[in-house]
Amino acid sequence: MTISPDQPTPASDSLTTTDPVGAAPTAGDEALDAGTYDGVVEPRSENRLPLGDGTWHQISRKYIVVQLISHALFLALVIAAAVVLGLVLEQPWVWIPAGAVVAVTLATVIVLPRQARSIGYQLRDDDLVFRRGILWQRMVAVPYGRMQLVDITHGPLDRGFGIAQLKLVTAAAATGVTIPGLTQAAAERLRDTLIDVAETRRTGL
Amino acid sequence: MSTPETAAAAPLPVADVRSPLSDGEWHRLHPLTPLMKGGLFLVVVIGIVVTNLRDRLIAVFLPGMADEYDYAGDPIDYIVANDLLILAALVVLGVLVVLLALFWISWRFHTFRITGDDVEVRSGVLFRTHRRAPLDRVQGVNLTRPMIARILGMAKLEVVGAGLDANVKLEYLSTPNAEAVRGDILRLASGRQLADARRESGGSARGRAAAVVSAGITGLIEGEEGADDNPASVVHLPPGRLIGAHLLSGSTIWLILLLIGVVVGSVIGTPWLLFSIVPTLIGFGAYWFRQITRSLRYSIAPTPAGVRITFGLFTTITETLPPGRIHAVEVAQPLLWRRLGWFRIRVNRLSGRAATDTSSQQFSDVLPVGTLADVDRVLRLILPGLPGDALPVVLERGILGPVADDPYTNTPRRARWLRPLSWRRNGFLLTPDALLLRSGVLRRALVVLPLARLQSIRLSQGPVDRAVGVANITGHTVLGQVSGSLGILDRAAAVAVWTDAAAAVTAASSRDRSHRWGTTSPEPSVTEAPPAEPPVTDVPSESPVTEVPPAVSP
Repeated sequence: MTISPDQPTPASDSLTTTDPVGAAPTAGDEALDAGTYDGVVEPRSENRLPLGDGTWHQISRKYIVVQLISHALFLALVIAAAVVLGLVLEQPWVWIPAGAVVAVTLATVIVLPRQARSIGYQLRDDDLVFRRGILWQRMVAVPYGRMQLVDITHGPLDRGFGIAQLKLVTAAAATGVTIPGLTQAAAERLRDTLIDVAETRRTGL
Repeated sequence: MSTPETAAAAPLPVADVRSPLSDGEWHRLHPLTPLMKGGLFLVVVIGIVVTNLRDRLIAVFLPGMADEYDYAGDPIDYIVANDLLILAALVVLGVLVVLLALFWISWRFHTFRITGDDVEVRSGVLFRTHRRAPLDRVQGVNLTRPMIARILGMAKLEVVGAGLDANVKLEYLSTPNAEAVRGDILRLASGRQLADARRESGGSARGRAAAVVSAGITGLIEGEEGADDNPASVVHLPPGRLIGAHLLSGSTIWLILLLIGVVVGSVIGTPWLLFSIVPTLIGFGAYWFRQITRSLRYSIAPTPAGVRITFGLFTTITETLPPGRIHAVEVAQPLLWRRLGWFRIRVNRLSGRAATDTSSQQFSDVLPVGTLADVDRVLRLILPGLPGDALPVVLERGILGPVADDPYTNTPRRARWLRPLSWRRNGFLLTPDALLLRSGVLRRALVVLPLARLQSIRLSQGPVDRAVGVANITGHTVLGQVSGSLGILDRAAAVAVWTDAAAAVTAASSRDRSHRWGTTSPEPSVTEAPPAEPPVTDVPSESPVTEVPPAVSP
């Protein structure tokens, strides 16, 4: 483990906002930030939840490509099914649900790029902070010691673009911290860092 | 009293074990276990057979009535006609023997073992299962005595683990054995941690004494069936209050509304609608009966191994909750209870049951109904981490609502229209040990989230919240009936409490030692009181119990 020599650092106060990973060397920092967005999108209102200090890591730009492709595939499938049902089998009612599904999907796709830019995570001294959402802002702080396991999943499309999704599981089902669209390297780096840090701060349930 | 000396001499995990059942060898369950588990099935089969032979039996006993039927092809006629009675009897006997043999084999293969580190259960003949639960993750031990098992002197022991469907069940054991095993498991779990703690601090002597006292209390409370006259219970729950509380619960309001609707409907529409009242009343009666019998014989008592809660009239359940196993506490007062000054306490904890298990709710009610004084006593028991001077904050200001110099941070004035009734109560307070969330006017509630158990904290804000300048905060705990969320708080205050609480959680969990429930050092004021009290009554009953096994174990 390249991280282990630096293990004591997060516990001490050497952690600064410029090096939020703490346990991870600078190389790891680069792995986390390679090919990501460079600014968290926030609501315009003054009453928004503040970003606070510290560096926010963001997700890969490829995430949006993967999402667009999968949404396009879904749309194509829905339209094909609707065409077959509506024109070939002459079931005119099908246009109503199909239209609704297409409208919702298109709305999602329009929001998607901004939404992806709003996703961010921060590795603080003792906890990981995850934020997402613009209209509905959400920030969750998970102490490192509470993590029960870290899960990395990637579908076939994700693999093609080299991204993965990382999920943190605590004893509370409601925590629900799922970071989508990390690059493979970032996901693995983050997982190793989290597990290492969690190891040193292990607490009871 | 030789037990602590053995433990002091050799810190072997098994050395201070009291009962021969937990000597690290494999043991079998109660011989009547298959009857309890498979017996019901047999009764059903016999019932079906008897039902099908009903006409035949009538014909045997009342010959005059039988002639109107023709039993062509009936197997019994065939047997009688061909003189095969002996053969038929042999077949029945053979089936019985095979069944008994199967029962016996399944009993032979169903064994358990309690070592110093974990409790293990092996079962099954063709499909072997072997479940092992580490003792240092034990969330509690439940002793269940269903009606029939109680008559036969048997009990079911459930070691609660941390996970879904993670419990280790020992069903069934004879009641004294079950009590001995429970005492052993709790003592081993805490004693193990005692051995760890001894190196760090000198507080182990008291811990060992506490373990002995625990055994004594186990003997005292559980030696006889009368758990309801348990002298150590801190709350006396009269049956009248319990019945009244259930009759005045929220479901009653719905019943009254329904009855009004039915009466109105029968006046306006058809009078036949009135007949639907009867099944409704029967249904409600059954519901109330079940709820009330379930909570009768309630008692809550402190033991050094944790809080012991007993309830149930027919099926008596005794659960032992070691300290630090409670993740959230809610003190609530439904509208109809206010005049009577009653409250209910619910907790979130790891029940180790599958998500589909409906009995989880039963285990979340720590105090079904109680007065303010009862609430005070129960809170002291289940939240030992709460310092004594924090209790007024919890009780008077939190539960009874805003009083003078309210320490809670409330909904800001500009957002009152979002909480038109409860804006005065809707608020939070962060102490070094807990996050207190106060809400509700019609249904008053106060949620106490011990920071040492909080899993994560969420801060959220929707578009309306942003326009008003408020935010919502949610403390995530393990799954349960208590929700840790509070909405419509001043944005700056919510951000501040979110930041502070995140830091406080780390601090609280790093200094939390309650999982080592053998050592009582962190909260002497609360946990010391119970051990100090019982020895007077328990030491005499304790010594004969412990003197026997040490002769066996070394």
